[in-house]
Amino acid sequence: MHDMVVAFSKSWGLFYLVALAVGVVIYAYWPANRARFTRAKNSILDKDDRPWS
Amino acid sequence: MIARLTVAERQSALLILIVMSFLGLAMAAAGRGTPFGLHGFLVIAASIGVGLPLLRKFYAPEPDPAQFEQYYDDPTKVGIVLAMLWAIAGMFVGVWVAALLAWPDLTIDAAWASFGRLRPIHTSGVIFGFGGNALIATSFHVLQRTSRARLPDQLSPWFVLLGYNLFCVVAATGYMMGVTQSKEYAEPEWYADIWLVIVWVVYFLIYIRTLARRKEPHIYVANWYYMAFILVVAILHIVNNLAVPVSFGDFKSYSAFSGVQDAMTQWWYGHNAVAFFLTAGFLGMLYYYLPKRAGRPIFSYRLSIISFWGITFMYMWAGSHHLHYTALPQWVQTLGMTFSIVLLVPSWASAGNALATLNGAWHKVRDDATLRFMMVAAVFYGISTFEGSFMAIRAVNSLSHYTDWTVGHVHAGALGWVAMITFGSIYALVPWMWKRETMYSARLIEVHFWLALAGTVVYVFAMWNSGIIQGLMWRTYTDSGTLAYSFIDSLVAMHPYYIARAFGGLLFLLGAIVGTYNVLMTIRVAKRERAQSGGGTDVPSYGRDPVLQAGE
Repeated sequence: MHDMVVAFSKSWGLFYLVALAVGVVIYAYWPANRARFTRAKNSILDKDDRPWS
Repeated sequence: MIARLTVAERQSALLILIVMSFLGLAMAAAGRGTPFGLHGFLVIAASIGVGLPLLRKFYAPEPDPAQFEQYYDDPTKVGIVLAMLWAIAGMFVGVWVAALLAWPDLTIDAAWASFGRLRPIHTSGVIFGFGGNALIATSFHVLQRTSRARLPDQLSPWFVLLGYNLFCVVAATGYMMGVTQSKEYAEPEWYADIWLVIVWVVYFLIYIRTLARRKEPHIYVANWYYMAFILVVAILHIVNNLAVPVSFGDFKSYSAFSGVQDAMTQWWYGHNAVAFFLTAGFLGMLYYYLPKRAGRPIFSYRLSIISFWGITFMYMWAGSHHLHYTALPQWVQTLGMTFSIVLLVPSWASAGNALATLNGAWHKVRDDATLRFMMVAAVFYGISTFEGSFMAIRAVNSLSHYTDWTVGHVHAGALGWVAMITFGSIYALVPWMWKRETMYSARLIEVHFWLALAGTVVYVFAMWNSGIIQGLMWRTYTDSGTLAYSFIDSLVAMHPYYIARAFGGLLFLLGAIVGTYNVLMTIRVAKRERAQSGGGTDVPSYGRDPVLQAGE
C-alpha cells in the first residue's frame, strides 16, 4: 500500500503539476483574455464607492 | 453601530450570545477550577460584554434603508482598531521575551511569566491577533469594492470578527495557564480549535455569498489570494488539530498523529501557515492597496495570475524542509527542498510585479510614507523568500537549523514584509473608512516608517550574525575530533546580539504605538468634523490621490 502511494505520488504528482503550470500559462497568455485582464486591473482605480445596483 | 443592524439581526445576535453563555456555563461547570472552567467564565464574560451594548440598542427602530445602498464597513473599522491594539500587545510581549533572552535574571518568579508561556503569546498575538484582524478587516473592504456588492448580511461579519478575537483571547490566556498542545503556531487546545473552525467556515461563506452577489463579472486577483488564505487555513487547521480530548470537561487532548507522521503534519501545517496566513492573505492586500495608493494599475495582471497558482500549488509541498536530517524519509525531505527552491519563481514574480508597478511613481514613494511602507514590504518579501529558498537547501540547513538565523529569517518576513504591508494598507484605508482626506498626521507616519525600518534592520542583522556564529561554533571540531566549543560558549558569543535584537524589537514596538496613536486620532478628528458639519451621509473622496507634502 505504502509503495503504491509513493509510486503514484512520485509519477502522477509530477504530471499533474506540469499540466497545471502549462494550463495556467496558456490561460494567462490567451490573446482573447488580454482585454479582460486590462479592464480588471484598471477597474479598481475608479473613485466609485457605492455598490452597483 | 448596533442600531445599524436590522431588528432581525439583533434578535439573531442575542440568540447566539445566549447559546454561547450556556456553552460557557457548561464549560465552567465541567471544568471546575481548572483552566477549562476559567475559559468557560471567559466565554460567559465575552457574551455578556457584547450582549449589554446590544440590549441597550435592542429596541431601536429599524435602520434607514438608505444604508443598504452603501458598503458595510463597520466591522472593517473595528477590525483595524483591534489589529493595532493586538500589534502593541503582541510586540510588547515580543520585546519582553527578547529582553529575557538577553537578561535572564529579569524574570519574575511566576509560572505564567516564564519564557515558554510568554513566547507563544508573542507569536499568536502578532500573527493571529495583529495579522489576523488586519486580514479580516481588509478582506471585507477589498471584497466589497472589487465585487461592487455589499456584504450579504450585517451579522455574520461581526460573528467572524468578534468570534475570532474570542479565539485569540482564549489562546493567549490559555498559554499563561499552561494550556497548549505544543504544536508551533497551533498551540490552542481542542475546544478553541473547534470554535475557530465554526468562525472560519462562516468567514468563507461570507466570501462565497458576496462573490455570488457580485456585480463585477471578473473576480479581481486580490480576492483569489484572500480566498486561498481562508480556504487553505481551514484545511490546515482542521487536519493538524485532529485530536482526542481526555474528556469533554478537560482542556487536555492528544493528537491523532504520532512520531514522524505528527512532525510531518505539523510542519505541513506550519509552513503553509507561513504560506497562506502570512503570505497569500497579505499578497491580497498588496495587490489591492499598492496599485490603489500609487494610482497605477498593477504592472502585469497576467504575472499576478501565474504567481497566484504557483504559490498555491507549490507551497503545499514545501513543509518537509523543516525536517531535514530527521527520521522523515530522505525523498520527502528532498521533495520539500526542491519545491522550496522552485517557489522562488512565483515569489519573485509577485515582488517584482509590485516594484514594477511603482516604476514611474518613485516620486510618490519618496514623498508618501504610506506608499513607502508598501514598497519596503515588497522588497523584504523578495529578500525573505530568497533567503527561505536558500535555507531550505539541505546543506545550508545543516548550518542554519536550530540557530538564530531561522529567527532572523522569520522576522525579515514578519516585520519587513507582513507588518510593513499591513501598516501601509491601514494608513491607506483609515482615511477612506472615516471619510477624511488624510491621516491625522503625515509626519507621524514618517516617524513610524523610520522606526519600523530601523527596528527591522537592527533585528535582522543581529540575528543573522548571531545565527551564523552559533551554527559555526556548534560544528567546529578540534584536531582530536571533539567539539571546540561548549554550548555555553556559543551562548556567551550571542549575548551582544541578543541585546541588539531586543533594541531592534523595541524600535519596532515604538513605531506600532505611534501608528496606533495616529489611527485613533484620525478617528477622533473625523468624528469631530462630522459632528461640526452636521453628519452628512454622502460618500466623498474615496481613494483620491494622496495629498503630497511640501518639498515635492
